[in-house]
Amino acid sequence: MQAEAEEGVRATKYPMPEQDPKERIKNFEEVALGYDEETAVKEAKRCLQCKRPGCVQGCPVGVDIPAFIRAIQERDFDRGIEVIREKNSLPAVCGRVCPHETQCESLCWLSVGCSRYMRPEARRKLEEHLKRHGVVRVKREPVAIGRLERFLADYELRKRAGAVGTLRTTGGQGGGRGKRRGAPSGVEVAELLCERGKEQRVAVVGSGPAGLSCAYELVRLGYDVVIFEALHEAGGVLTYGIPEFRLPKHVVKAEIERLKELGVKIVTNVVVGRTITVEELLRGFGAVFIGTGAGLPRFMGVPGENLNGIYSANEFLTRINLMKAYRFPEYDTPIRVGRRVAVVGGGNVALDCARCALRLGAEESIIVYRRTEREMPARAEEIKRAREEGVRFEFLATPVRYIGENGWVRRMECVRMRLGEPDASGRRRPIPIEGSEFLIDVDTVVVAIGQRPNAPSVRGLAVTKRGTIVVDEEGKTSVRGVFAGGDVTTGAATVISAMSAGKRAALAIHKYLRDQRWLADKA
Amino acid sequence: MYEIVEKRELAPGIKRFDVFAPLVARRARAGQFVILRVNERGERIPLTIVAADAKKGTVTIIFREVGKTTKKLGSLREGDCILDFVGPLGVPASIKKYGCVACVGGGVGVAAVYPRARALKAVGNYVISIIGARSKELLILEREMWEVSDELYVTTDDGSKGRRGLVSDVLRDLLEAAAAGRRRKIDFVTAAGPVAMMKAVAEVTRPYGIKTVVSLNPIMVDGTGMCGSCRVTVGGETKFACVHGPEFDAHLVDFDELLSRNARYLEEERLALELLERAAGNGGA
Ligand SMILES: Cc1cc2nc3c(=O)[nH]c(=O)nc-3n(C[C@H](O)[C@H](O)[C@H](O)COP(=O)(O)OP(=O)(O)OC[C@H]3O[C@@H](n4cnc5c(N)ncnc54)[C@H](O)[C@@H]3O)c2cc1C
Ligand code: SF4
Ligand code: FES
Repeated sequence: MQAEAEEGVRATKYPMPEQDPKERIKNFEEVALGYDEETAVKEAKRCLQCKRPGCVQGCPVGVDIPAFIRAIQERDFDRGIEVIREKNSLPAVCGRVCPHETQCESLCWLSVGCSRYMRPEARRKLEEHLKRHGVVRVKREPVAIGRLERFLADYELRKRAGAVGTLRTTGGQGGGRGKRRGAPSGVEVAELLCERGKEQRVAVVGSGPAGLSCAYELVRLGYDVVIFEALHEAGGVLTYGIPEFRLPKHVVKAEIERLKELGVKIVTNVVVGRTITVEELLRGFGAVFIGTGAGLPRFMGVPGENLNGIYSANEFLTRINLMKAYRFPEYDTPIRVGRRVAVVGGGNVALDCARCALRLGAEESIIVYRRTEREMPARAEEIKRAREEGVRFEFLATPVRYIGENGWVRRMECVRMRLGEPDASGRRRPIPIEGSEFLIDVDTVVVAIGQRPNAPSVRGLAVTKRGTIVVDEEGKTSVRGVFAGGDVTTGAATVISAMSAGKRAALAIHKYLRDQRWLADKA
Repeated sequence: MYEIVEKRELAPGIKRFDVFAPLVARRARAGQFVILRVNERGERIPLTIVAADAKKGTVTIIFREVGKTTKKLGSLREGDCILDFVGPLGVPASIKKYGCVACVGGGVGVAAVYPRARALKAVGNYVISIIGARSKELLILEREMWEVSDELYVTTDDGSKGRRGLVSDVLRDLLEAAAAGRRRKIDFVTAAGPVAMMKAVAEVTRPYGIKTVVSLNPIMVDGTGMCGSCRVTVGGETKFACVHGPEFDAHLVDFDELLSRNARYLEEERLALELLERAAGNGGA
């Protein structure tokens, strides 16, 4: 250890231990095991503590990255987590699922020397700086900011584990006889819908990252915050979408428990627009934040898509993650996965489905993507892990028809694609090659080609053609008192961008409730 | 937690609960449903809202104990709680004055037809109800249906009550009689029950071009449009029954696809039930 320290800064990240691929495809336990204390401190010491750090600019919520890394260097983990929590309400989640390689880590000066983000002048300065620190090799990896964030968050979770048991995160809107601490019952919700004191109350619709981070900021500003969630469990995609092996549900629960301890109330089993309307909420709350996400599945509309054995990614993942179908019959919800599984799509969602399929016993799990690996929007680390686990990739192909037998899908007819000119997303557009059809034998297909926004209907609420809610830079919608953010305003994006939108809206809500002014002053 | 404030057994294996869920009761309309989950390990299942009392805050559901979930549900007692209960979901039934309407229900489907019949009656329709069951003991809501109908016909498969045969047979006779000018014309038909029954009703009314709607019962998970488990083909288009339905134009529904999709988990359902019964046999509850 001593010797290593004297070598100066290591060029590559300290590796994080992972479950062996052969073993992990037999279970749903977490793949990445996290740094231990010694490794975390060593990794932290790779940080150059830059005066003008690049990393912070890459963080959508502006976490003071060098400060928390410094705390790790000094083994003051409590201070470290405090620094993160100042800006980020879900560090244990973000440390695991944020695309760090395209955010903070992509701008880390340690690696950026070989990056397109550098101006020549800055590069010269950097080289000098690096030389002083003894970093000489050409290919340098950034500081493992994500892993360090996760380390601190896990440290805190472990520390709190003794104090907090496994609580149910929710109480529902019913009301039984006994009251439950934290979650208001149906009767109490109905009583909340009165004018008195409403300027002190904010309703949040949806408990995904956008809603949770909005609630976190508002509760810290002293508001009474009630989150209304349609499902029986809070967390949004974190709970129903991202699988256990990438984001354990006890981690999500613990983060949500923390919010509840701060005073956020969560009422589950309330579908806003059905159980209660936004208009009604405005009667009892000073403002409403809509963070309902992009949870509506998209199908391709090709023949045979309703055959048995063909799932939307959302159904597949909801059965597995929210309903725990991977533990059937111990849990009641079933899922059926055949020997050969094809997943259509190239994002995080598709990879999650393909990896779940392996864990549910599929002998072959194939990703069918219409572009190539370079265009895949999934996290690089997860592509690598999927490959280690044996997921196969069929690039430049897309299904055009499903062929069934006795109602069940048996084969999938695909067409080859080639890449044309770049489209609006900057990625090269896939074009079908005529006459290139071929067949893949399948028992199960998961369609993971994206989700549509899930906006509740509100009179006067402006939505785009794509179904996203129209907001200004503060998150204000076209309806007075109603704010929105997250996937429902952007279309499917990332956890951290949803959190950042929730936070921005919280500050705007604070301003609105304080000044009672909806439109900005013209002056 | 949603308390069962009243429990009744309507027929062997068919139970009726009044559940305390004031937010659901407040806005429930005929034709809507709830999704419930009995306990922590339970699955989410849809059940029709048979009635709702906004003042008392209760929602009435009726179910037949066919699988593990409904058996577990049925084993709950008054005062016990259901873990999750969300609604009202789905589009309310199309209730307006059509003139003369026929409300056709088979098995527990009668529970889905009852709120429709009641609402149709309330807006001034002449209501003919046709309800059926396998046998006399399994017939439910006969008295309630009487209260909201101008005419009521009963059928059983075994002839133990009313006419022996199917509800669709009675409907056919009524339509033939009307076509022959022997009775009042039927302007609208609403039906709920087993898929085969709904399909038969659709075929009976099709030649007469009578507007017919059915309340579909596909396998659901979330019930809010987020998964597509409930997709059905209607008029060649894919619809999500939980948000676009559950009521659809009977003449456009692909019933064969629905039958096939509803059989997706038969093996798993059998296994779950078997394990439950074995556990009960071993002295567990
Ligand atoms: C499988 C999968 C993997 C992903 N992996 C990653 C990843 O690795 N990294 C990353 O950064 N991002 C990832 N994403 C994207 C990320 O999860 C989303 O961008 C993020 O969760 C959006 O947050 P949100 O709060 O806007 O919405 P959501 O998380 O979708 O939450 C919305 C919530 O609102 C509820 N709701 C909807 N309608 C209503 C209503 N009418 N009334 C009440 N409640 C309602 C929903 O039930 C849900 O709980 C992934 C997404 C999926 C599906
Ligand atoms: S840019 Fe990299 S080296 Fe510099 S402070 Fe941030 S993490 Fe440390
Ligand atoms: S039940 Fe999930 S979309 Fe209808």
